Amino acid sequence: MVLDAKIPSGPIESKWTNHKFGLKLVAPSNRRKYSVIIVGTGLAGASAAASLGELGYNVKVFCFQDSARRAHSVAAQGGINAAKNYRNDGDSIFRLFYDTVKGGDFRAREANVYRLAELSVNIIDQCVAQGVPFAREYGGYLDNRSFGGAQVSRTFYARGQTGQQLLLGAYSALARQIGSKQVEYYPRTEMLDLVMVNGKARGIVARNLVTGKIESHSADAVVLATGGYGNVFYLSTNAKGSNTTAIWRAHKKGALFGNPCFVQIHPTCIPVKGEYQSKLTLMSESLRNDGRVWVPKAKGDKRHPGQIPENERDYYLERVYPSFGNLVPRDVASRAAKKVCDEGRGVGSSGQAVYLDFADSIKRLGKDKIKERYGNLFDMYHEITDENPYEVPMRIFPAVHYTMGGLWVDYNLMSNLPGLFVLGEANFSDHGANRLGASALMQGLADGYFVIPSTIGGYLAGESFEKLDTSHEAFKTAENEVKERISKLLAINGKETVDYYHRMLGKIMWDNVGMGRNEPGLKEAISKIRALRDEFWQNVKVLGEGEEVNQSLEKAGRVADFLELAELMAQDALHRRESCGGHFREESQTPENEALRDDENFAYVAAWEYQGEGKEEVLHKEPLTFEYVKLTQRSYK
Amino acid sequence: MNFSLKVWRQANAKAAGEFKTYKVNDITEDTSFLEMLDILNEDLIKKNEEPITFDHDCREGICGTCSLYINGRPHGPKNLVTTCQLFMRSFKDGETITIEPFRAKPFPVLKDLMVDRSAFDRIIQAGGFISVSTGSAPDGNSIPIHKDVVEEAMDAAQCIGCGACVAACKNASAMLFVSAKVSHLGLLPQGKVERLERVLNMVAQMDEEGFGSCTNTYACEAECPKGISVTNIARLNREFLAATFS
Ligand SMILES: Cc1cc2nc3c(=O)[nH]c(=O)nc-3n(C[C@H](O)[C@H](O)[C@H](O)COP(=O)(O)OP(=O)(O)OC[C@H]3O[C@@H](n4cnc5c(N)ncnc54)[C@H](O)[C@@H]3O)c2cc1C
Ligand code: FES
Repeated sequence: MVLDAKIPSGPIESKWTNHKFGLKLVAPSNRRKYSVIIVGTGLAGASAAASLGELGYNVKVFCFQDSARRAHSVAAQGGINAAKNYRNDGDSIFRLFYDTVKGGDFRAREANVYRLAELSVNIIDQCVAQGVPFAREYGGYLDNRSFGGAQVSRTFYARGQTGQQLLLGAYSALARQIGSKQVEYYPRTEMLDLVMVNGKARGIVARNLVTGKIESHSADAVVLATGGYGNVFYLSTNAKGSNTTAIWRAHKKGALFGNPCFVQIHPTCIPVKGEYQSKLTLMSESLRNDGRVWVPKAKGDKRHPGQIPENERDYYLERVYPSFGNLVPRDVASRAAKKVCDEGRGVGSSGQAVYLDFADSIKRLGKDKIKERYGNLFDMYHEITDENPYEVPMRIFPAVHYTMGGLWVDYNLMSNLPGLFVLGEANFSDHGANRLGASALMQGLADGYFVIPSTIGGYLAGESFEKLDTSHEAFKTAENEVKERISKLLAINGKETVDYYHRMLGKIMWDNVGMGRNEPGLKEAISKIRALRDEFWQNVKVLGEGEEVNQSLEKAGRVADFLELAELMAQDALHRRESCGGHFREESQTPENEALRDDENFAYVAAWEYQGEGKEEVLHKEPLTFEYVKLTQRSYK
Repeated sequence: MNFSLKVWRQANAKAAGEFKTYKVNDITEDTSFLEMLDILNEDLIKKNEEPITFDHDCREGICGTCSLYINGRPHGPKNLVTTCQLFMRSFKDGETITIEPFRAKPFPVLKDLMVDRSAFDRIIQAGGFISVSTGSAPDGNSIPIHKDVVEEAMDAAQCIGCGACVAACKNASAMLFVSAKVSHLGLLPQGKVERLERVLNMVAQMDEEGFGSCTNTYACEAECPKGISVTNIARLNREFLAATFS
C-alpha cells in the first residue's frame, strides 16, 4: 500500500488556496442529492455538521450524549490560538506554523500545520459572529493570554470556559440547521460499526442508547469526529464517556491508525487521591502564566509549603529553562515533574505532586485580578481538594490528557478508505508528537468549519454513487456482527465488573506505556494486555438486556475496544526507538535527559494496518520532509 | 463514612418506580457523590443486581449531564456545584440520603435516575442562535464591545443546560434556562439584530414543550449550579413585551 498524503505542490503559503481552487465543486442545487453522516458533535463534528447543512447537504449527526452541547469539547478551559497578531508582538501565521511544527517535535506534516495556522484567524471571526463572549480589554477589543511553547500572546479565551463557549457557538449553528430540517439529529446514539460497500464508506451501524435497538444509516460519505482515546488509561482528564470505539471499528474495517502511541500527558492536573477515583481534573495550562512551579530542594522535605523559605525552594522550570520558564511545552513540563518526584522531592502525602504557587502573582496583581483570570479554576480546585489555592499553593501532577495519534488522513482529511473522513482529535494530523496548548480547539474548528466543507465536495463531485439503502446486504452483515458481539458480552456472566478491567488496563498503560517507556516494559505491557483481554472475554459480568438502557453494556463495548487498541499503542511505542515529544523512550535521551529524536530512522508517520484477530498489524510509513522549519533538536532553554 | 441511600428505581419510561434502600460503607470523605454511586454499583453487579442508571460525563461541572435530586434539592445540599462536584464530606456520617431523578413533566424518566431533557435542545433549535453562516463573518475586532457588556453576556452564557432550574421550580418553568440564552445573545451587538424574533420563537417552543409559567419564587436561581441570575428573567420579560407590541 502506498500512502498518498495528497499534499498540494507549490509554495506553502499558497497550497491551500490553490488546492481549493483545484477541487471539484458540487453546485448548490445538486448538494441536496448528497447525504453525509457525521459522528460526533464536539467542536469538530458540530462545526462540520452546521457548515455542511448550511451548504445544503443532507446531514445526519450522531452523539452518545443526551445533547450535542455536552460533547467533551465543552470541558476545554484555557483557550484557542489564532495568529491575529492583535498584540503586535511579532506573531504571524508563519510563527504559529513554526511553533506548532517545533512544538510537535517535527512529527507533523508541514502543509497541514500551515493550513491550520492560516485558518486560525477566520475561526475567531466566525466565533465572534456567533456570539461567543471572548474576553475583551477595556477598549472593547479582544484580549489574549499566553500558553506553553510560545513567546507571543495569541490565545483567545472566555474566562476558564473557552471550550464551553466555542461549543455552544457551534452547537447553536447546528441547532439552527436542525431546526430548519437540513440536519437530522441523533443524540443518545452510539456508532458501533462502519459499513463499506464496494470499497467506499457508505454508512454506519449504531445502537439507540434508549431503546437499545440496532439501527443502520446509509450515506454517500461518513465523517468521524469522535474525539480522543485517552481513556485507554482509565484515569485521564477526558469525560467518562470518551472512547475509541468509532475509530477502532473503522480501523478494523481497513482505516489505518496513525501514531497510536503519541499521547499527551498534561503537567497540571489535580493529583490522584485514591483507588476509587474515577477521573482526573485538569487545571488549565493558562495557570502557568501566573503560577510558579516548585518543589523543595531537599529530598523528603515534609514541611508545610509556607514554612519552606525561598532559598530552600527549587523553581526547577525557571532554573532549567530560563527563556521559557514556567511556559515550556507540556511534554517538557510533565517529564520535569516526574523527574523531581522520582528524585524524592515530590510533595503531598503520596510524594507524587509539585507545587503551583500564585503567591507572587497575587502580591503583584492583587487577588481580584487573579480571581478574574482563574476564579472558576480556583473554585474547582478548592471544591475537590478542600484547600484554598489563594492561600496554599496548588498541588499538581501530570495526567493523561490528549491523544495526538488517531486515524491516518490525507490533506483532505480523508482516511485511506474512500469516503471516510476523520476530523478533530480523532485524526492523527496536525500536532505531531506533542500538541501545544490551545491548539486542539483551533484544529477541531478549522477541520469542521473550513476544511471539510471544501474537501468533501471535491470527493462527492468526483465519484459516482450507486443508489443504496440499509437493506443492502453489507448493512445486514454489519448489523449481525454488532448484535452477536452484544449477545456475547451479555452471555459471559463472569465475576468481575467492566470497571475492574478498565482500571487494570489503565494501570498497565500508565506504568509501562506512560511518561517513561522502555523496551522490556513495553514487551511486558503487550503480554499483560493480551492476558487481560482474554480474561475480560471470559470473566466480565454485564447484567441486563441489549434492548433497553444499559450503561454497563455501553461501557463493556468501549473497554473491549480499548483492550485491543492498547496493544497497538504499546506495539507502536516499542517500534519507535526514538524519543519525540510526549513519546519518551528511556533508551533515547540527551545527556541532560531531554528527548532525543532520531530523524534518520524515524522521521515518518507510523500508519498501522489491521490484519485480523490475533495477527500482528502491518506498519506503513509516510515519510515526513521539512522544507520550511529546519529540523533541529528542540530547545526551550 | 457510612450511608443509607434511598434511591428511585424505575425500569423504564413506562414502568412504575419505587424507592429502594441500599447501604454503602467505608466511604472516605474525599469520595465524590458519583464515585460513591460507582462503588455501590460495583457492589450491586457482583450481587447480580442491576446497577443504578444515572447520567454523567465530564465529572467537572461543565457538561451539564449529571442531574439527581438529592435530599430534596437538585444537585444536592451545596450551593453552586453540580452533583458531580459534590463530595461526601458535605454529608453527615450515618445519614440517610434520598436520591431521585429531576422531576418535571417535560423531563420524562427514561430509567432510574436518568431523564430525557431533549426539550431544551428543541427550544434552542427554535431560535437560540445568531443566524450567521460559516464564512460570512467580519474581523473579530470590527465591532468593539464594552468589557462590562461581554462580562454580563458571559454571566448568562455560563448556563450548562442541566435543568436544575426546572427541577427546582414547583411549576417546572424553564424561564431561567431560556432567559439565560436570550440574555447572552441579546446583550451582544451581534445578537441584537434578531432579538425580538428570537424571544418569540423560543418562548413559543418552551410553552409547546409543556414547561410551566414563572411565578417569581426564584427557586431556580437558588438551585442553579452556575449562579445564573433571575435578572435574566426580567430581561426576557421586557424583550418579550417589546416583541409582542412591535
Ligand atoms: C479538561 C480538558 C481541557 C482542555 N482544554 C483545552 C484548551 O484549553 N484548548 C485546547 O485547544 N484544547 C483543550 N483540550 C483539548 C480539546 O478539548 C479536545 O481535544 C477537543 O475538544 C476535541 O474535540 P473533538 O470535536 O475532536 O471531540 P470531542 O469534543 O471529544 O467530541 C467527540 C464527539 O463524538 C461523539 N462520539 C464519540 N464516539 C462516538 C460513537 N461511537 N458514536 C456516536 N458518537 C460518538 C461524542 O458523543 C462527542 O459528540 C482540553 C481537553 C480536556 C480534556
Ligand atoms: S458530569 Fe458534567 S456537569 Fe456533572
